[in-house]
Amino acid sequence: MTAVRPPIFDFDDAFFWEGAKDHKLLIQRCGECGILRHPPTPMCANCGSMDNQTAESEGKGTILTWILSQHPTEPDAEPRIVILVQLDEGTRLVSNLIDVAPTHAQTLNDKRVEVCFVDYDGTVLPQFRLAEVQS
Amino acid sequence: MSGTRAVIAGIGHTEFSQNSGRSTLQLAAEASRAAIIDAGFSPDEVDGTVTFSMDTNDELALIRTIGVPMLRFCARTRGGGGGASATIQLAAAAVESGQADAVLVYRAFNERSAHRFGQPVQANPDPVWNWASPFSLNTPAKVYSLTFQRYMYEFGLTNEDFGRYTVVARDWASTNPNAQFFERPITLQDHQDSRWIVEPILRKLDCCLESDGGVALLITSAERAADHGADAVPILASSAIQLEGGHEMFAYYHEDLCEYPEGRVLGELLYRQAGITAEDIDVAMIYENFSPIVFLQLESFGFCGRGEASDFIKDGHIGRGGSLPVNTNGGLLGEGYIHGMNNIVEGVRQLRGASPNQISGVEHVLVSAGRSGIILGR
Repeated sequence: MTAVRPPIFDFDDAFFWEGAKDHKLLIQRCGECGILRHPPTPMCANCGSMDNQTAESEGKGTILTWILSQHPTEPDAEPRIVILVQLDEGTRLVSNLIDVAPTHAQTLNDKRVEVCFVDYDGTVLPQFRLAEVQS
Repeated sequence: MSGTRAVIAGIGHTEFSQNSGRSTLQLAAEASRAAIIDAGFSPDEVDGTVTFSMDTNDELALIRTIGVPMLRFCARTRGGGGGASATIQLAAAAVESGQADAVLVYRAFNERSAHRFGQPVQANPDPVWNWASPFSLNTPAKVYSLTFQRYMYEFGLTNEDFGRYTVVARDWASTNPNAQFFERPITLQDHQDSRWIVEPILRKLDCCLESDGGVALLITSAERAADHGADAVPILASSAIQLEGGHEMFAYYHEDLCEYPEGRVLGELLYRQAGITAEDIDVAMIYENFSPIVFLQLESFGFCGRGEASDFIKDGHIGRGGSLPVNTNGGLLGEGYIHGMNNIVEGVRQLRGASPNQISGVEHVLVSAGRSGIILGR
Protein backbone atom coordinates (compact mmCIF):
# COMPACT_ATOMS: atom_id res chain seq x y z
CA MET A 1 0.00 0.00 0.00
CA THR A 2 1.21 3.48 -0.84
CA ALA A 3 2.33 5.38 2.24
CA VAL A 4 1.28 9.01 2.33
CA ARG A 5 2.37 11.95 4.41
CA PRO A 6 -0.78 13.03 6.28
CA PRO A 7 -1.94 16.65 6.16
CA ILE A 8 -1.50 18.73 9.30
CA PHE A 9 -4.72 20.66 9.23
CA ASP A 10 -5.93 23.65 11.11
CA PHE A 11 -9.02 25.83 11.55
CA ASP A 12 -9.06 26.98 7.97
CA ASP A 13 -8.84 23.68 6.14
CA ALA A 14 -10.12 21.00 8.53
CA PHE A 15 -13.46 20.90 6.69
CA PHE A 16 -11.73 19.65 3.54
CA TRP A 17 -10.12 16.66 5.26
CA GLU A 18 -13.20 15.90 7.35
CA GLY A 19 -15.21 15.96 4.13
CA ALA A 20 -12.75 13.56 2.49
CA LYS A 21 -13.33 11.10 5.35
CA ASP A 22 -17.04 11.20 4.39
CA HIS A 23 -16.08 10.78 0.71
CA LYS A 24 -17.09 14.31 -0.15
CA LEU A 25 -14.93 16.71 -2.15
CA LEU A 26 -15.70 20.04 -0.53
CA ILE A 27 -14.86 23.47 -1.86
CA GLN A 28 -14.97 26.51 0.37
CA ARG A 29 -17.89 28.78 -0.60
CA CYS A 30 -18.52 32.27 0.71
CA GLY A 31 -21.88 32.30 2.53
CA GLU A 32 -22.32 35.94 1.53
CA CYS A 33 -21.32 36.32 -2.12
CA GLY A 34 -21.12 32.65 -3.10
CA ILE A 35 -17.59 32.72 -4.54
CA LEU A 36 -15.74 29.39 -4.44
CA ARG A 37 -12.13 29.31 -3.29
CA HIS A 38 -9.30 26.83 -2.97
CA PRO A 39 -6.90 26.61 -1.17
CA PRO A 40 -9.16 27.79 1.68
CA THR A 41 -8.78 31.13 3.43
CA PRO A 42 -10.48 32.39 6.61
CA MET A 43 -12.05 35.43 4.93
CA CYS A 44 -13.61 36.06 1.53
CA ALA A 45 -11.24 38.30 -0.39
CA ASN A 46 -14.15 39.39 -2.59
CA CYS A 47 -16.58 40.68 0.06
CA GLY A 48 -14.83 40.38 3.42
CA SER A 49 -17.30 37.87 4.80
CA MET A 50 -16.18 35.23 7.27
CA ASP A 51 -19.33 33.19 6.77
CA ASN A 52 -17.39 30.29 5.33
CA GLN A 53 -19.61 27.58 3.88
CA THR A 54 -18.80 24.66 1.65
CA ALA A 55 -20.10 23.34 -1.64
CA GLU A 56 -19.83 19.69 -2.55
CA SER A 57 -18.03 19.29 -5.85
CA GLU A 58 -19.41 16.97 -8.49
CA GLY A 59 -15.83 15.68 -8.59
CA LYS A 60 -15.48 16.06 -12.33
CA GLY A 61 -12.63 17.92 -13.92
CA THR A 62 -9.75 18.13 -16.36
CA ILE A 63 -6.03 17.47 -15.88
CA LEU A 64 -4.14 20.69 -16.53
CA THR A 65 -0.69 19.35 -15.81
CA TRP A 66 0.89 16.28 -14.22
CA ILE A 67 4.11 14.55 -13.24
CA LEU A 68 5.21 11.09 -12.26
CA SER A 69 6.50 11.42 -8.71
CA GLN A 70 9.22 9.08 -7.59
CA HIS A 71 11.69 9.42 -4.76
CA PRO A 72 13.59 6.27 -3.95
CA THR A 73 14.66 7.27 -0.45
CA GLU A 74 11.22 8.23 0.84
CA PRO A 75 8.54 6.27 2.67
CA ASP A 76 6.19 7.20 -0.16
CA ALA A 77 8.69 5.90 -2.67
CA GLU A 78 6.10 4.10 -4.74
CA PRO A 79 5.62 6.03 -7.99
CA ARG A 80 2.49 8.17 -8.00
CA ILE A 81 1.02 10.35 -10.69
CA VAL A 82 0.47 13.86 -9.38
CA ILE A 83 -2.12 15.93 -11.22
CA LEU A 84 -3.39 19.48 -11.11
CA VAL A 85 -7.13 19.24 -11.69
CA GLN A 86 -9.33 22.02 -13.01
CA LEU A 87 -12.67 21.18 -11.41
CA ASP A 88 -15.79 21.93 -13.43
CA GLU A 89 -16.88 24.23 -10.58
CA GLY A 90 -13.86 26.45 -11.40
CA THR A 91 -11.34 25.84 -8.63
CA ARG A 92 -8.16 23.80 -8.94
CA LEU A 93 -6.56 21.26 -6.70
CA VAL A 94 -3.51 19.03 -6.58
CA SER A 95 -4.30 15.32 -6.34
CA ASN A 96 -3.27 11.95 -7.73
CA LEU A 97 -4.45 9.89 -10.68
CA ILE A 98 -4.92 6.23 -9.80
CA ASP A 99 -5.67 3.08 -11.77
CA VAL A 100 -3.38 4.02 -14.65
CA ALA A 101 0.13 2.72 -15.23
CA PRO A 102 2.67 4.71 -13.20
CA THR A 103 4.69 5.78 -16.20
CA HIS A 104 5.65 9.12 -17.66
CA ALA A 105 5.28 7.73 -21.18
CA GLN A 106 1.69 8.77 -21.75
CA THR A 107 -0.30 11.91 -22.46
CA LEU A 108 -2.62 12.94 -19.67
CA ASN A 109 -2.99 16.67 -20.23
CA ASP A 110 -6.59 17.76 -20.80
CA LYS A 111 -7.95 14.28 -19.94
CA ARG A 112 -11.28 14.20 -18.09
CA VAL A 113 -11.18 12.78 -14.57
CA GLU A 114 -13.59 11.86 -11.77
CA VAL A 115 -12.99 11.91 -8.04
CA CYS A 116 -12.82 8.86 -5.80
CA PHE A 117 -11.60 8.45 -2.23
CA VAL A 118 -8.82 6.24 -0.97
CA ASP A 119 -7.98 5.46 2.64
CA TYR A 120 -4.20 5.30 2.97
CA ASP A 121 -3.73 3.81 6.42
CA GLY A 122 -6.17 6.24 8.05
CA THR A 123 -5.54 9.24 5.80
CA VAL A 124 -8.40 9.62 3.34
CA LEU A 125 -7.38 11.51 0.21
CA PRO A 126 -9.51 12.61 -2.70
CA GLN A 127 -8.00 10.86 -5.72
CA PHE A 128 -9.01 10.76 -9.36
CA ARG A 129 -9.58 8.17 -12.07
CA LEU A 130 -9.83 8.76 -15.78
CA ALA A 131 -13.46 9.38 -16.72
CA GLU A 132 -15.08 6.71 -18.85
CA VAL A 133 -16.30 9.32 -21.28
CA GLN A 134 -13.52 11.57 -22.60
CA SER A 135 -15.46 14.44 -24.13
CA MET B 1 13.84 61.33 -8.37
CA SER B 2 14.71 63.05 -5.11
CA GLY B 3 18.23 64.17 -4.31
CA THR B 4 19.44 60.90 -2.91
CA ARG B 5 20.15 58.03 -5.28
CA ALA B 6 20.95 54.66 -3.78
CA VAL B 7 23.91 52.76 -5.16
CA ILE B 8 25.59 49.44 -4.61
CA ALA B 9 28.94 50.60 -3.26
CA GLY B 10 30.48 47.33 -2.17
CA ILE B 11 30.33 43.62 -2.90
CA GLY B 12 31.72 40.71 -0.94
CA HIS B 13 31.49 36.96 -0.87
CA THR B 14 33.13 33.83 0.41
CA GLU B 15 34.14 30.96 -1.83
CA PHE B 16 31.18 28.86 -3.01
CA SER B 17 31.56 25.21 -2.08
CA GLN B 18 29.95 21.92 -1.14
CA ASN B 19 31.32 22.07 2.38
CA SER B 20 32.48 25.36 3.86
CA GLY B 21 33.76 23.77 7.08
CA ARG B 22 32.67 26.76 9.18
CA SER B 23 29.60 28.36 10.70
CA THR B 24 27.06 30.29 8.66
CA LEU B 25 27.72 33.26 10.94
CA GLN B 26 31.36 33.18 9.93
CA LEU B 27 30.35 33.04 6.26
CA ALA B 28 28.03 36.03 6.78
CA ALA B 29 30.75 37.92 8.64
CA GLU B 30 33.43 37.25 6.01
CA ALA B 31 31.17 38.33 3.15
CA SER B 32 29.95 41.39 5.07
CA ARG B 33 33.41 42.60 6.02
CA ALA B 34 34.56 42.15 2.42
CA ALA B 35 31.60 44.19 1.11
CA ILE B 36 32.16 46.99 3.61
CA ILE B 37 35.87 47.22 2.81
CA ASP B 38 35.20 46.98 -0.94
CA ALA B 39 33.03 50.11 -0.59
CA GLY B 40 35.79 51.97 1.25
CA PHE B 41 33.71 52.03 4.45
CA SER B 42 34.47 50.83 7.93
CA PRO B 43 32.07 48.65 9.95
CA ASP B 44 31.21 51.48 12.33
CA GLU B 45 29.63 53.40 9.45
CA VAL B 46 27.03 50.70 8.78
CA ASP B 47 23.65 51.57 10.30
CA GLY B 48 21.23 49.20 8.56
CA THR B 49 20.87 45.57 7.54
CA VAL B 50 18.64 43.56 5.21
CA THR B 51 18.46 39.82 4.73
CA PHE B 52 15.94 37.05 3.97
CA SER B 53 13.28 35.96 6.44
CA MET B 54 14.80 32.49 5.96
CA ASP B 55 18.34 33.53 6.92
CA THR B 56 19.47 32.00 10.21
CA ASN B 57 22.09 34.67 11.00
CA ASP B 58 20.63 37.02 13.56
CA GLU B 59 21.36 40.70 13.00
CA LEU B 60 22.66 41.22 16.52
CA ALA B 61 24.97 38.24 16.26
CA LEU B 62 26.33 39.57 12.98
CA ILE B 63 26.95 43.16 14.10
CA ARG B 64 28.60 41.88 17.28
CA THR B 65 30.87 39.75 15.09
CA ILE B 66 31.89 42.39 12.57
CA GLY B 67 31.95 45.44 14.84
CA VAL B 68 28.95 47.51 13.87
CA PRO B 69 28.09 49.55 16.99
CA MET B 70 24.47 50.38 16.17
CA LEU B 71 21.72 49.68 13.65
CA ARG B 72 18.82 52.01 13.10
CA PHE B 73 17.25 50.09 10.24
CA CYS B 74 16.70 46.34 10.17
CA ALA B 75 14.52 44.55 7.60
CA ARG B 76 13.95 41.12 6.11
CA THR B 77 12.26 40.18 2.88
CA ARG B 78 9.71 37.39 2.87
CA GLY B 79 10.30 33.89 1.64
CA GLY B 80 13.16 32.41 -0.33
CA GLY B 81 15.21 33.17 -3.40
CA GLY B 82 12.38 34.94 -5.19
CA GLY B 83 13.12 37.80 -2.83
CA ALA B 84 16.82 38.10 -3.65
CA SER B 85 16.46 41.40 -5.48
CA ALA B 86 13.93 42.62 -2.90
CA THR B 87 16.82 42.92 -0.43
CA ILE B 88 18.25 45.66 -2.63
CA GLN B 89 14.86 47.37 -2.92
CA LEU B 90 14.53 47.48 0.88
CA ALA B 91 18.07 48.77 1.35
CA ALA B 92 17.61 51.40 -1.36
CA ALA B 93 14.31 52.52 0.17
CA ALA B 94 16.02 52.95 3.53
CA VAL B 95 18.86 54.99 2.05
CA GLU B 96 16.67 57.15 -0.19
CA SER B 97 14.22 57.92 2.63
CA GLY B 98 16.99 58.78 5.08
CA GLN B 99 16.21 55.88 7.44
CA ALA B 100 19.76 54.63 7.09
CA ASP B 101 23.03 55.83 5.58
CA ALA B 102 24.77 52.55 4.84
CA VAL B 103 22.82 49.30 4.65
CA LEU B 104 24.53 45.93 4.71
CA VAL B 105 22.66 43.27 2.73
CA TYR B 106 23.71 39.70 3.54
CA ARG B 107 22.76 36.07 2.94
CA ALA B 108 24.80 33.10 4.13
CA PHE B 109 24.12 29.42 4.61
CA ASN B 110 25.53 25.91 4.51
CA GLU B 111 22.88 24.79 2.10
CA ARG B 112 24.83 21.75 0.88
CA SER B 113 26.68 20.50 3.95
CA ALA B 114 23.82 21.19 6.39
CA HIS B 115 20.11 21.65 5.54
CA ARG B 116 19.57 20.93 1.84
CA PHE B 117 16.56 22.64 0.26
CA GLY B 118 16.32 19.97 -2.43
CA GLN B 119 15.44 17.18 -0.01
CA PRO B 120 11.84 16.08 0.58
CA VAL B 121 9.91 17.99 3.23
CA GLN B 122 9.63 15.86 6.34
CA ALA B 123 6.65 17.61 7.92
CA ASN B 124 4.50 20.29 6.34
CA PRO B 125 6.44 23.44 7.17
CA ASP B 126 3.45 25.61 6.29
CA PRO B 127 -0.32 24.91 5.81
CA VAL B 128 0.06 25.43 2.07
CA TRP B 129 2.02 22.15 1.93
CA ASN B 130 -1.23 20.35 2.81
CA TRP B 131 -2.18 20.88 -0.83
CA ALA B 132 0.99 19.18 -2.02
CA SER B 133 2.89 16.79 0.24
CA PRO B 134 0.06 14.30 1.01
CA PHE B 135 -0.11 13.84 -2.77
CA SER B 136 3.64 13.14 -3.03
CA LEU B 137 4.58 16.63 -4.17
CA ASN B 138 7.32 16.96 -1.58
CA THR B 139 10.47 18.37 -3.19
CA PRO B 140 11.12 21.68 -4.97
CA ALA B 141 11.98 19.73 -8.14
CA LYS B 142 8.56 18.06 -8.17
CA VAL B 143 6.68 21.18 -7.09
CA TYR B 144 8.14 23.22 -9.96
CA SER B 145 7.94 20.38 -12.48
CA LEU B 146 4.18 20.41 -12.20
CA THR B 147 4.14 23.82 -13.88
CA PHE B 148 7.02 23.07 -16.26
CA GLN B 149 5.17 20.02 -17.63
CA ARG B 150 2.33 22.17 -18.95
CA TYR B 151 4.83 24.55 -20.53
CA MET B 152 6.58 21.64 -22.28
CA TYR B 153 3.25 20.20 -23.41
CA GLU B 154 1.94 23.45 -24.85
CA PHE B 155 5.07 24.35 -26.75
CA GLY B 156 6.26 20.84 -27.66
CA LEU B 157 9.51 21.03 -25.72
CA THR B 158 11.69 18.22 -24.44
CA ASN B 159 14.31 18.09 -21.72
CA GLU B 160 16.95 18.68 -24.43
CA ASP B 161 15.57 22.19 -24.85
CA PHE B 162 16.20 22.88 -21.17
CA GLY B 163 19.64 21.29 -21.51
CA ARG B 164 20.67 23.98 -23.97
CA TYR B 165 20.33 26.52 -21.17
CA THR B 166 22.53 24.43 -18.87
CA VAL B 167 25.20 24.10 -21.56
CA VAL B 168 25.37 27.91 -21.82
CA ALA B 169 25.47 28.36 -18.04
CA ARG B 170 28.27 25.83 -17.70
CA ASP B 171 30.17 27.55 -20.51
CA TRP B 172 30.07 30.86 -18.64
CA ALA B 173 31.01 29.06 -15.39
CA SER B 174 33.96 27.37 -17.05
CA THR B 175 35.83 30.68 -17.31
CA ASN B 176 34.77 32.09 -13.93
CA PRO B 177 37.28 31.19 -11.20
CA ASN B 178 34.61 31.76 -8.50
CA ALA B 179 32.35 29.14 -10.06
CA GLN B 180 32.10 25.66 -8.60
CA PHE B 181 32.12 24.43 -12.21
CA PHE B 182 35.20 26.47 -13.20
CA GLU B 183 36.97 24.79 -16.13
CA ARG B 184 34.22 22.16 -16.38
CA PRO B 185 32.08 22.96 -19.44
CA ILE B 186 29.61 20.36 -20.67
CA THR B 187 28.06 19.25 -23.94
CA LEU B 188 24.38 18.69 -24.52
CA GLN B 189 25.16 14.98 -24.46
CA ASP B 190 26.68 15.31 -20.97
CA HIS B 191 23.44 16.96 -19.91
CA GLN B 192 21.39 14.18 -21.45
CA ASP B 193 23.57 11.59 -19.70
CA SER B 194 22.86 13.04 -16.24
CA ARG B 195 20.28 11.16 -14.21
CA TRP B 196 16.62 11.99 -14.11
CA ILE B 197 15.23 13.88 -11.13
CA VAL B 198 11.67 14.18 -12.48
CA GLU B 199 11.45 12.24 -15.75
CA PRO B 200 10.93 13.53 -18.45
CA ILE B 201 11.17 17.10 -17.18
CA LEU B 202 14.26 17.68 -15.06
CA ARG B 203 17.64 15.99 -15.01
CA LYS B 204 20.28 16.51 -12.36
CA LEU B 205 22.00 19.13 -14.51
CA ASP B 206 18.80 21.18 -14.69
CA CYS B 207 18.96 21.75 -10.94
CA CYS B 208 20.77 24.54 -9.14
CA LEU B 209 23.92 23.75 -7.27
CA GLU B 210 23.12 23.40 -3.59
CA SER B 211 25.95 25.38 -2.05
CA ASP B 212 27.64 26.65 1.06
CA GLY B 213 28.65 30.31 1.07
CA GLY B 214 27.89 33.89 1.87
CA VAL B 215 27.27 37.04 -0.16
CA ALA B 216 27.00 40.64 1.04
CA LEU B 217 26.52 44.04 -0.55
CA LEU B 218 26.75 47.55 0.85
CA ILE B 219 24.05 50.01 -0.24
CA THR B 220 24.48 53.72 0.38
CA SER B 221 23.85 57.05 -1.34
CA ALA B 222 25.73 58.11 -4.46
CA GLU B 223 27.19 61.04 -2.51
CA ARG B 224 28.49 58.90 0.37
CA ALA B 225 29.86 56.31 -2.02
CA ALA B 226 31.76 59.03 -3.89
CA ASP B 227 33.13 60.43 -0.62
CA HIS B 228 34.50 56.99 0.19
CA GLY B 229 35.96 56.45 -3.27
CA ALA B 230 33.72 53.46 -3.97
CA ASP B 231 33.27 52.05 -7.46
CA ALA B 232 29.52 52.45 -7.08
CA VAL B 233 26.78 51.13 -9.33
CA PRO B 234 23.45 53.04 -9.31
CA ILE B 235 20.20 51.18 -8.62
CA LEU B 236 18.01 52.52 -11.42
CA ALA B 237 14.92 50.49 -10.54
CA SER B 238 13.81 48.00 -7.92
CA SER B 239 10.57 46.23 -7.17
CA ALA B 240 9.13 43.13 -5.53
CA ILE B 241 5.80 41.73 -6.73
CA GLN B 242 3.39 39.60 -4.72
CA LEU B 243 0.12 38.75 -6.47
CA GLU B 244 -3.10 37.80 -4.73
CA GLY B 245 -3.24 34.43 -6.45
CA GLY B 246 0.46 33.79 -6.03
CA HIS B 247 2.21 31.22 -3.89
CA GLU B 248 5.89 31.03 -3.09
CA MET B 249 6.42 27.77 -4.94
CA PHE B 250 3.00 26.50 -5.95
CA ALA B 251 2.25 28.57 -9.06
CA TYR B 252 -0.83 26.53 -9.90
CA TYR B 253 -3.75 28.86 -9.42
CA HIS B 254 -3.28 31.68 -11.92
CA GLU B 255 -5.06 31.62 -15.26
CA ASP B 256 -2.22 30.89 -17.68
CA LEU B 257 0.14 28.22 -16.36
CA CYS B 258 2.59 28.95 -19.18
CA GLU B 259 3.17 32.48 -17.98
CA TYR B 260 5.09 33.89 -15.04
CA PRO B 261 2.66 36.68 -14.06
CA GLU B 262 4.85 38.16 -11.32
CA GLY B 263 7.67 38.47 -13.84
CA ARG B 264 5.49 40.22 -16.41
CA VAL B 265 4.26 42.79 -13.88
CA LEU B 266 7.76 43.18 -12.45
CA GLY B 267 9.29 43.77 -15.87
CA GLU B 268 6.77 46.48 -16.72
CA LEU B 269 7.39 48.25 -13.41
CA LEU B 270 11.17 48.06 -13.61
CA TYR B 271 11.40 49.30 -17.19
CA ARG B 272 9.10 52.22 -16.36
CA GLN B 273 11.12 53.14 -13.27
CA ALA B 274 14.39 53.03 -15.17
CA GLY B 275 12.92 54.73 -18.25
CA ILE B 276 14.15 51.97 -20.55
CA THR B 277 12.78 48.95 -22.43
CA ALA B 278 13.79 45.30 -22.66
CA GLU B 279 15.96 46.16 -25.70
CA ASP B 280 18.13 48.37 -23.49
CA ILE B 281 19.17 45.51 -21.19
CA ASP B 282 22.74 44.47 -22.01
CA VAL B 283 23.13 41.59 -19.54
CA ALA B 284 20.36 39.71 -17.73
CA MET B 285 21.00 37.85 -14.49
CA ILE B 286 18.06 35.48 -14.10
CA TYR B 287 17.40 33.42 -10.98
CA GLU B 288 17.29 29.76 -11.84
CA ASN B 289 16.58 27.12 -9.23
CA PHE B 290 15.80 24.92 -12.26
CA SER B 291 16.66 25.58 -15.90
CA PRO B 292 13.05 25.96 -17.22
CA ILE B 293 12.43 28.97 -14.98
CA VAL B 294 14.84 30.91 -17.22
CA PHE B 295 12.56 30.23 -20.17
CA LEU B 296 9.50 31.61 -18.38
CA GLN B 297 11.40 34.70 -17.27
CA LEU B 298 12.91 35.44 -20.70
CA GLU B 299 9.36 35.51 -22.01
CA SER B 300 7.74 37.43 -19.15
CA PHE B 301 10.42 40.13 -19.24
CA GLY B 302 9.79 40.67 -22.94
CA PHE B 303 13.13 39.40 -24.29
CA CYS B 304 11.18 37.07 -26.56
CA GLY B 305 7.57 36.11 -27.14
CA ARG B 306 5.40 33.52 -25.42
CA GLY B 307 6.77 30.05 -26.09
CA GLU B 308 9.81 31.44 -27.92
CA ALA B 309 12.48 31.08 -25.23
CA SER B 310 13.59 27.71 -26.53
CA ASP B 311 14.38 29.12 -29.97
CA PHE B 312 15.87 32.26 -28.40
CA ILE B 313 18.37 30.08 -26.52
CA LYS B 314 18.92 27.70 -29.46
CA ASP B 315 19.74 30.71 -31.66
CA GLY B 316 22.60 31.67 -29.34
CA HIS B 317 21.20 34.89 -27.88
CA ILE B 318 22.15 34.20 -24.25
CA GLY B 319 25.68 32.86 -24.68
CA ARG B 320 29.04 34.32 -25.67
CA GLY B 321 28.61 36.86 -28.44
CA GLY B 322 24.83 36.75 -28.08
CA SER B 323 22.46 39.70 -28.08
CA LEU B 324 21.53 39.19 -24.43
CA PRO B 325 24.20 37.44 -22.37
CA VAL B 326 22.42 35.70 -19.48
CA ASN B 327 23.98 34.64 -16.17
CA THR B 328 27.53 35.43 -17.17
CA ASN B 329 28.90 34.03 -13.90
CA GLY B 330 27.41 30.64 -14.72
CA GLY B 331 24.30 31.38 -12.70
CA LEU B 332 22.97 29.28 -9.88
CA LEU B 333 23.56 26.11 -11.90
CA GLY B 334 27.17 26.91 -12.70
CA GLU B 335 28.62 29.29 -10.12
CA GLY B 336 26.69 28.40 -6.98
CA TYR B 337 23.34 28.80 -5.31
CA ILE B 338 23.54 31.53 -2.71
CA HIS B 339 19.81 32.06 -3.01
CA GLY B 340 20.28 34.37 -6.00
CA MET B 341 22.50 36.88 -4.23
CA ASN B 342 25.62 35.91 -6.18
CA ASN B 343 23.80 36.97 -9.35
CA ILE B 344 23.57 40.53 -7.98
CA VAL B 345 27.33 40.51 -7.38
CA GLU B 346 27.90 39.53 -11.03
CA GLY B 347 25.55 42.31 -12.17
CA VAL B 348 27.69 44.82 -10.26
CA ARG B 349 30.88 43.35 -11.71
CA GLN B 350 29.55 43.65 -15.27
CA LEU B 351 28.90 47.36 -14.72
CA ARG B 352 32.27 47.88 -13.06
CA GLY B 353 33.99 46.17 -15.98
CA ALA B 354 35.30 43.56 -13.56
CA SER B 355 33.55 40.34 -14.56
CA PRO B 356 35.68 37.33 -15.46
CA ASN B 357 33.35 37.14 -18.47
CA GLN B 358 33.20 40.86 -19.13
CA ILE B 359 30.75 42.00 -21.81
CA SER B 360 31.82 45.20 -23.55
CA GLY B 361 29.83 48.40 -23.27
CA VAL B 362 27.43 47.28 -20.54
CA GLU B 363 25.05 50.08 -19.51
CA HIS B 364 22.04 48.26 -18.06
CA VAL B 365 21.86 44.98 -16.16
CA LEU B 366 18.62 43.32 -15.08
CA VAL B 367 18.91 41.13 -12.00
CA SER B 368 15.69 39.13 -11.73
CA ALA B 369 14.74 36.77 -8.95
CA GLY B 370 11.42 36.14 -10.70
CA ARG B 371 9.16 38.12 -8.42
CA SER B 372 11.71 40.69 -7.33
CA GLY B 373 14.09 42.52 -9.57
CA ILE B 374 16.46 45.42 -9.98
CA ILE B 375 17.95 47.28 -12.89
CA LEU B 376 21.50 48.44 -12.33
CA GLY B 377 23.08 51.00 -14.60
CA ARG B 378 25.80 53.45 -15.29
